[in-house]
This record gives sequence, structure tokens and C-alpha cells, in this order.
Amino acid sequence: MSLDDMITISNGAWHTCRESSLTEDDRPDTQWVDCMARIRSAQDQTAFVALFRHFAPRVKGFLIKSGASDSLAEEVTQEVMATVWQKAHQYDETRASVATWIFTIARNRKIDLLRKLNRPEPEDMPWGPEPEPEQSEVLVIQQESARLTAALADLPEKQRLLVERAYFGDLSHSEIAAETGLPLGTIKSRIRLALEKLRHEMR
Amino acid sequence: MVQHHIPDKFLMAYSAGVLSEAFSLAVASHVSLDDESRARLETFDAVGGAVLDTAPAATVSDDCLSATLALIGGKMPDARPAAPRPDGLFPTPLRDYIGGDLEAVKWRGVGMGVKQAILNTSDEASARLLYIPSGTAVPDHGHNGIELTLVLQGAYRDEGGEFHRGDIEVADESDEHTPIAFGPQDCICLAVTDAKLRFTSLLPRLAQPFLRI
Repeated sequence: MSLDDMITISNGAWHTCRESSLTEDDRPDTQWVDCMARIRSAQDQTAFVALFRHFAPRVKGFLIKSGASDSLAEEVTQEVMATVWQKAHQYDETRASVATWIFTIARNRKIDLLRKLNRPEPEDMPWGPEPEPEQSEVLVIQQESARLTAALADLPEKQRLLVERAYFGDLSHSEIAAETGLPLGTIKSRIRLALEKLRHEMR
Repeated sequence: MVQHHIPDKFLMAYSAGVLSEAFSLAVASHVSLDDESRARLETFDAVGGAVLDTAPAATVSDDCLSATLALIGGKMPDARPAAPRPDGLFPTPLRDYIGGDLEAVKWRGVGMGVKQAILNTSDEASARLLYIPSGTAVPDHGHNGIELTLVLQGAYRDEGGEFHRGDIEVADESDEHTPIAFGPQDCICLAVTDAKLRFTSLLPRLAQPFLRI
């Protein structure tokens, strides 16, 4: 199957995902969030296939850029995407885009398998994601994430490559300066608010 | 309320997955105790998400999807995780390395009431717990490499300020500091460094004239 075929299928599946959504305020920003919700609530395989069509080629590309061979990258991509299904309830759409969440899964598998290192993870927030978060909060974090992706694409090439190399694991920790040139202030304060809310509700 | 947060460059390196195991342990433990740092970490994860989203898509073979569906095997997604936070001194990532909370630590005395426990991490960097009785000063010392110190119980003060539970201090080669534990409780810290540990358990204890925090 060619990439173009997949994009076509992906778009088709995406429409399936959208059409059945109940909210009128549906936006392309939340298409993948909707798929995640359907996996959680209805074990919806169509929604999963839509996610797979979009993200599996990107996860595999990310792993190859991180030094995996084609066959290893594909094997790990399968594990990453299976984890997306299995751990769907852990995804918190008030704190991250689906791309961000999948990135963290792919990164963790990469460290396990490619670097063969143990990676300590922060403990989960005490109550996990809210079952029915405010849609406005979901929307804003999805929009900010989309904006961040656009800002990355718009960076001067030299700077963009530096950010990408950092996440592909090409830079050592002492080479990472954390000066990305990206506007991170808004997304950070939104995540901070979402965390505060989780802490507040747990009391 | 945590006052001393981990600098961005460590969070970005952790997010990118290039920190050593010992430093990752310190970052994960600190983030577990400090929502400000957690928000910044998740912001760097969002940068990773943007990189993933714009990464050149690779061609995925025909049977990749069916292989993935076979992995899922018709199973339901896992149930919502229960509230995991155990009561105790150590955040979960640290507890995992110790195999329990405070009672599970295998301390070794190093003089003046100070104790340490070296944790098992990969060779690039080392991690240990330090126990410093309140009122005890750790002798003046310089550093090789970078050192992160995370307070878990009690407090200490040095030239960098006062450090309480959840606070993390970064020191590099240029820093000379003299930490003194203070307050009602003895101080327990996690200290990680990418310098070689100068003293190992193979050396006689008398050959350990001071501790590097």
C-alpha cells in the first residue's frame, strides 16, 4: 500500500470518526481526540484504524530517525500503536494532543529497546484524567498543540533541525540548551491549569 | 510549595529521552513532587509531539495494521487506573528503585551521623540517598561534573538558599557550597552526579573523609 492510499483511507476513516461525533462545535483540531474517546467508550476499531493510518507512519519515521532499522522500527511501531489502544484510558485530552501522547509512548519504547535503559517515569496524577472534561479546555489545548506544530514548521531551518535532532536523540544532554525558539508560554500555562484542576478535584 | 525547580534544559533532555538513568530518576522524582516542573515537562513533551507530527512519514508495510490488531487481540482497553499515590516519603519512581519506602533503605554510615545508600543505576551517572542529621554540616567541597540534589525530608541550606521537600538544586564544577541540614527533621536527599564517585564501598570507610553532595 502506498502512502497516498493510506492518506486516502485515513481521510475516509477520519470522516467516519467525525460524522458520528455529537458535538456541533467539532473542529479538525479534535479529530484524534474524538477517535480516542470512541476507543475508550466503545472499543471502536474504526477509530483505531483512523489513528493508525495517521500516526503509524509518523511513529515509524520517528523511530527510523532515531536510529532504528526499518524492520525494528516497524515492530516497535506495532507495539506503540497497540499500547495506544491498551492505555487509551490514560490519555488526558486536557493536557496533551494525541500526537504528544503517542510521542511519549514511542519515546519510552525507544529508550527501552534502542538504548536498553531503564527509564524512571513520574508517578501518575492521583486520579488520572477526568472522565468528562470541559470541552473548551480540551479544545484550547488541542489548538495550542496545532499552533506549536505550525510554529515548529515555521522555524528557520537551522533552528528547526536542532529541535528535531534533540528529539531524535542526536544531541547529548549537555548539548541541549532548551532554547527552542518556539512560543511555549501559552501551552505551558494551560497545562498548569489542567494540573491544578486535577489536584483540586482530588481533594 | 516547591521553590527550587529543575531548569528547562534537564526537562527537555528528559523529554527527548537522552538523560542518563540516574538523572532521569532525579527528574522523575522531582516532577512527581512539583506541578510547576511537571507542566514544563509536559510542554517539552508537546514539542516532541510536534516533532512526531512533522516527522517524515515512513512507509508502513501492508500487514503492519493486521499485526497490530493481532497484538491487541480483541481485548478491551485496560480499565481506568486507580488512584496510585501511596502514602510515604518517596515518590513512586524512587520507591521502585529502593523496593519500598524509608524502611527498605539499606543505609551505610559514613561518619558524623551521615548515612548513604547507593542506588543501582547505569554507569553513565550515579544516584544515592543521603541522610544528614539536622544541624550537621557537610564539609566544604567542590564538584566534578554536574550534581542534582533533591530534598525528600527535612531541609538544608547553603549558598544557594534553603531547600525543602521537593526542591532541587543544580551544582556544577564552579560551585563551592557548604550544605547544613536544619529544622525539626533530619534531612534525606537524593543526590545524582555524572562525575565518578570518588569513594566506593571497596575503600575502607576511613578513607572517606567527606561526602560530596
